[in-house]
Amino acid sequence: MKKLLILSTALTSFAFTANADVTVMSWGGAYGEAQTEAHVKPWAAATSNAAVMVDSDNPAPALKAMVEAGNVTVDVASVEYADAIRLCDEGVLEPIDAASLPAGNDGVVATEDFLAGAITECGVSTDIWSNVYGYDTTKFAADAAPKTAADFFDLAKFPGKRGLKKGAKAVLEFALLGDGVPPAEVYAVLSTPEGVDRAFAKLDSIKADVVWWEAGAQPPQLLADGEVVMSTAYNGRLFAAAINEGKPFQIVWDGQIYENEMYVVPKGAPNKDLAMDFIRYATSTDGLRAQAQHISYGPARKSSMATELLFKDGKTVMAPHLPTAPENLGNALLTSADFWVDKDAELNERFQAWLAQ
Amino acid sequence: MTEAATELLTTADGRPLKEALATAQSRAKRRAFLLVLPLLVFVLLTFLVPIGYMLKRSVEHDGFSRSSPTLTQWFKENPEFDHMNPPEQAYAALVTDLAEMQATKNTGMAGTRINYTVPGSISLFKKGAREAAAMQPPFKGAMLALDPAWGAPELWYAMESASSELTTDFYKVAADRKLTETGWERGDDKQRIYLYLFFKTFVVSAIITVICLLLAFPVAHLLAILPMAKSSLLMILVLLPFWTSLLVRTTAWIALLQEQGIVNDALVGLGILADDNRLTMMYNMTGTIVAMTHVLLPFMILPLYSVMKVIPPSYARAARSLGATSWTTFRRVYLPQTLPGIAAGSLLVFILAVGYYITPALVGGADGQLISNLISFHMTKSNWSMAAALAAMLLAAILALYWIYDQLIGVDRLKLG
Repeated sequence: MKKLLILSTALTSFAFTANADVTVMSWGGAYGEAQTEAHVKPWAAATSNAAVMVDSDNPAPALKAMVEAGNVTVDVASVEYADAIRLCDEGVLEPIDAASLPAGNDGVVATEDFLAGAITECGVSTDIWSNVYGYDTTKFAADAAPKTAADFFDLAKFPGKRGLKKGAKAVLEFALLGDGVPPAEVYAVLSTPEGVDRAFAKLDSIKADVVWWEAGAQPPQLLADGEVVMSTAYNGRLFAAAINEGKPFQIVWDGQIYENEMYVVPKGAPNKDLAMDFIRYATSTDGLRAQAQHISYGPARKSSMATELLFKDGKTVMAPHLPTAPENLGNALLTSADFWVDKDAELNERFQAWLAQ
Repeated sequence: MTEAATELLTTADGRPLKEALATAQSRAKRRAFLLVLPLLVFVLLTFLVPIGYMLKRSVEHDGFSRSSPTLTQWFKENPEFDHMNPPEQAYAALVTDLAEMQATKNTGMAGTRINYTVPGSISLFKKGAREAAAMQPPFKGAMLALDPAWGAPELWYAMESASSELTTDFYKVAADRKLTETGWERGDDKQRIYLYLFFKTFVVSAIITVICLLLAFPVAHLLAILPMAKSSLLMILVLLPFWTSLLVRTTAWIALLQEQGIVNDALVGLGILADDNRLTMMYNMTGTIVAMTHVLLPFMILPLYSVMKVIPPSYARAARSLGATSWTTFRRVYLPQTLPGIAAGSLLVFILAVGYYITPALVGGADGQLISNLISFHMTKSNWSMAAALAAMLLAAILALYWIYDQLIGVDRLKLG
């Protein structure tokens, strides 16, 4: 009898979570937590709907699999910008009506309030994150520390191993930025065979001193272990290590490569209307602002940064730590999703072949 | 006497015994089959169906063909057209289809299909589809004015091939071939990667299998001959890492072997190495092999142990008492009896190693990548057909190896536990 009771309780509680009104799928970790605290919980409280967050190591393939199998269990997902475009092209996502998004707190209509490119046919930006590089401040004197993208490739002036992401995307652009190509010309150069050769030639110059990383958690660890003196990383990871764990890491914003992360709704979402309502709530001025209080990724609305924003610890001013801060955008590149949707497979093959040489 | 023998044996109720026996047996068989049925259904649903689906994905893609009926028709009627210079009718058919794609929002899917063989096609298709509805004849001039890439012969080869649902394109790409102006050709050396990685994956897996065998053999022997209490303890030591998360074990190896890791620190501390001359044992092939060997070792130890456990020690004693040296005893008496275990362990470790990807991804560095890392890349970039083609080639290679193995050693000699 007791066993039966436990079983039935377990089944009902399972049924309860399965019937939650809105299911949001994100990347887990500190990132998923930020979205849970800033969007999922407050939305559920404000609209008295139930909402749950589920983790995935990459929501995009999961969405595609669900839609193809005709068994969609997710209402909203947080996917990379290129995936938001690719999956939209493949008919996996619901279009989102940009006109339905709420105006900023200052009354500016959403399409004006959002930064360029932050709203696409099927997605709305939840934040802007960036590929930056960081170094260990204990390894360089304050007056002789790296400051530019070019310094990353300067082994003579800044000796020591480098950490680089094992993949073509953001690495080839970074190599060109380090080679002195202005951000506005990077994709034009990379569209030519000579430009690709130039990027690989630049990478060749440091290849022997590179430790390649794959998972976002690796670069802070590599820096902390002293395996590398500087490493490219997702800016939020370096921020978390520096602020939460007090690691002596300094981010170099010169040559940052930033992009939007998008909320999307899969075709056949069980609660499409609620999902759209969730997105309107989460990407409002306050929704985006709330997320930036939990993680150092920038809000894509201008109105979200109108007043000073503090980290959840209540003392760190967020603005200098965000990719979107004006002082960090001096020599910065917005990732071109169009370029990568076209060239991803080709350049990755080339990259893998180059790695194996 | 002979009469009695030919008379049929019957049961108590007068039925022929043979018949009664057959009925009873078939009832028992049915019952046994019902017991096995859930497993059969399970294997069918979770193993054969997905693999069949995957194989189908690798040769089938309707992204382009389903939204290009006019052009498909034209390709069928003109199989011998000049790819270098397709005629006006071809462009007219293309423009009709592009306009339709724009209206039905199928441009992305069609462009994606072509992009698999001709990079850059997605944006080309999007641009073309946006303009197609308003385009005036002659269409050839209009399309080429929009983007000269529409005249590229490789694009026309790609569209011709993609106009059929069934395709071998993904296997061609997986075999490092590229579409050029004159059709499929061997790819540029800078771009060739898949066949090399297949080769490397098999070599690395073979190395790992051999190392696992060398390490596991003495351990399994010790497990088999020790008294129960001690061997149980040892068994727990073997199984303990087996119960630990794969990621934890991989990370532990990183902490041990990296340049600022424990092993290097110890060597420098003991004065064996200079501080600026630390060994690079991580983020390269060495790291991949060490970590994968450790992860896969139990799969070698367990089958070996199960075989060695039942080898009677009296055989070796008999050989020794008949004058064989210890080496001869091992080589002629003990080793042959362990062969089924060696075969099973090697097969298990090799096949698992071929498909590994988390460990090489984390510790592999520049030269530690294996083919499964690229399969995973294509999966996450939603190019499932390409991933399926690579996986199917891997499966075919393993089946071929299994066949060779069956010819050489014989599957019936396998003993998995």
